[in-house]
Amino acid sequence: MTTQEVRLCGLLLQEHFGGVVEKVGTHLIRSGALTLRAIVQETNMSLDLVKKSLCVLVQHGMCVFGAGRRGPGWPVEYCVCVERVLYMLRYPRYIYTAKSLYGDTGELIVEEILQRGQMTMSCAVKTVADRLTQNMEDGCSMDYSEVVSAFSNLVETHFLQRCPLVAEQGSAPPPTTSTLETAPPPPAITCPPTPESNPDCYRLPQINLRGRGKRRRSSEDGEDQRGGKKPKLDNGQPVGDEDIYWQVNFARFHLHFRDQGIISAVACKLDQTSSEIVRTMLRMSEVTTQPSAAHTQPLSANEIFRALPPSYSIGRPILDQYLTLLVDDPMEFVGKSGDSGGGMYVVNLHRALANLARATLESVVQERFGSRSARIFRLLLRKRHLEQKQVEDFAMIPAKEAKDMLYTLLSENLVQLQEIPKTPDHAPSRTFYLYTVTQLPTARMLLQRCYKTVSNLIERRLFETKENKRHLEKSQRIEAILASLQTTGAEPTQLQEVEEMITAPERQQLEALRNHINKLDSSENQVDESIFLLESYIKSAGTTR
Amino acid sequence: MTGRGRGRGRGQLSFNMEVVGIGKGENLPPSTLQPTPLFPPMEHKPVPLVVGEEAEYMLALKQEFRAAMKTLPFYIKPAAPKKDVERYSDKYQCGETENPSEWDPDWRRLPKELRSRRKRLLKEKNTAPSKQIAQPKVNKEEIIRKLETLEKKEDVHSSDEEEGEKKNPEEEEPEGEEEYDEEEFEEETDYIMSYFDNGEEFAGDSDDNMDEAIY
Repeated sequence: MTTQEVRLCGLLLQEHFGGVVEKVGTHLIRSGALTLRAIVQETNMSLDLVKKSLCVLVQHGMCVFGAGRRGPGWPVEYCVCVERVLYMLRYPRYIYTAKSLYGDTGELIVEEILQRGQMTMSCAVKTVADRLTQNMEDGCSMDYSEVVSAFSNLVETHFLQRCPLVAEQGSAPPPTTSTLETAPPPPAITCPPTPESNPDCYRLPQINLRGRGKRRRSSEDGEDQRGGKKPKLDNGQPVGDEDIYWQVNFARFHLHFRDQGIISAVACKLDQTSSEIVRTMLRMSEVTTQPSAAHTQPLSANEIFRALPPSYSIGRPILDQYLTLLVDDPMEFVGKSGDSGGGMYVVNLHRALANLARATLESVVQERFGSRSARIFRLLLRKRHLEQKQVEDFAMIPAKEAKDMLYTLLSENLVQLQEIPKTPDHAPSRTFYLYTVTQLPTARMLLQRCYKTVSNLIERRLFETKENKRHLEKSQRIEAILASLQTTGAEPTQLQEVEEMITAPERQQLEALRNHINKLDSSENQVDESIFLLESYIKSAGTTR
Repeated sequence: MTGRGRGRGRGQLSFNMEVVGIGKGENLPPSTLQPTPLFPPMEHKPVPLVVGEEAEYMLALKQEFRAAMKTLPFYIKPAAPKKDVERYSDKYQCGETENPSEWDPDWRRLPKELRSRRKRLLKEKNTAPSKQIAQPKVNKEEIIRKLETLEKKEDVHSSDEEEGEKKNPEEEEPEGEEEYDEEEFEEETDYIMSYFDNGEEFAGDSDDNMDEAIY
């Protein structure tokens, strides 16, 4: 856990769960696996608050618990998963993807499950139906069956999965005794059960769920559906899936994002038709390709031709030409692995990710240091090791400026110096000094810079909000007054009077504040795209080596 | 001898500068003697943000999600700081914003030790009166104290509750603590309460016999 990761995790936990959970969470991240007593002692917080925070973290899948290092007889240890906390930054992207694939219903299902961490299917369906009914016109309501079908679609395409099973805690001991896990050996904390280890991971439960969404009237606030986790049973009968909790399958969303990235890169580099061909190839190999595979299964040109969408009716020879173009492209998105069936083609996933990461690095250098420094950077990436003189010659940049740029890049650690001694005594006059760029370590460094960037953006946003807290509160109060006046039917003059309570300069200030906060939020979303790309590249490079 | 080499070589570097490209006698930029400024001037301005429907929608999603999380019971606020004295205005200030409905996790999926003792306390309060009746667990001190404080106590039940609560060391309820404090103060002293003489009787007595000397 690097400093920047810990800092970012702390800020994300604070924004979503409050300062208490943040304190417990960051302490666990820093210290590794700890028992409950150790956490209470080291954070100087009350036992009750620590227990609640741990419950919240486990509920959202960010904390795992299991028998500690000492074995099953000893107290339970808790461990926070840093990756999972960092996914919180990407929640809007997950929700947006669900919306684009499965419409508003899918969007709300994913949003509810992300907010609650885990939910049973019946609870999710009821909550979403109520929310949809709220937004529909008076008299209409959403049927449960529609929501159930959207839910089933999400599960069939593996975007939702069952939560991993929890080991039995033994027959109910009285609360005063220590938690002895006497049952079948519980998983050690280092290898918690993966969701995939359950063969029923993607099986929908057979439940009998009929009904329509309820509209929540403003007078009833006892019906608050957002708080309770257990479904409000109409007739007191259990629905039949009390034990089966569903969570979002982040890995599947990430595969989807990766595919989207490759397709849009092809569309930018070549043209729309080539991107459609690549999209078809990826769609066909969705189920046959492992998540960490370096390339998809080989597909013959005949198959691709048959599977192309009808709106892109191109002739067979044209398809062959496009495929040849794709194979010859230096970005190496598509490779040819054989000649049977009109040519066997694969999509090179890892190589595509590496190229996308390389493009990101080059673009960073270009935007920060100028296009000539970017030229030097690209040169070094391609030629690996070059001497000072060679850099000047190949890049066609005057010596003095080339030197300056190289030293700037060197000071930023984007370029490294490699010494190759000619003699065993490493004498400086008899040593080659070569400049080099290594892609993977540079990508790692840039990823840490991205985390730092997002942390800074969040802190700045919190600072801006705090500075203008008084204004924001005032405007919220006035909005509340206006809303209540409108519902009770007040005259326009009264409404005007209330509106005038905010003076014009204050209004301007509020407008500027809103603008700033929107910009900062947007920037976070955009930096997250780079984070995703670099993370995927680093992960893929880790598996291929 | 040893010092000579060190002093001599201070102006020289360990490697030949020409190889790296700095010629002899060339003007190098002056070395910086202070940390870089906090907001250094940027020669290349950053590229403007991506705008579009998708970006705006994701922005709205993000802000709504954040607002929604603040209202859910997963957002744990730190315990309110203890005030020295309860004030009348507290009722009308921020004290009304209680936690939204506490969520009830599925305890089968969590380790048993995380289960808070709330249920036990409720059970204690309900069974305490019955405990008093059903189980006359004779505690002699308790009986003596009860008899002595019977005049001062308005509610015998609350004292029994405190006995039960005292056995529960992990009690966190603020109400319970306040009552507990009072009880501790009144019951754990060594002095028998009836011995305390608050002086009223003394003054009353002396008024009657004015001719006796007061020592």
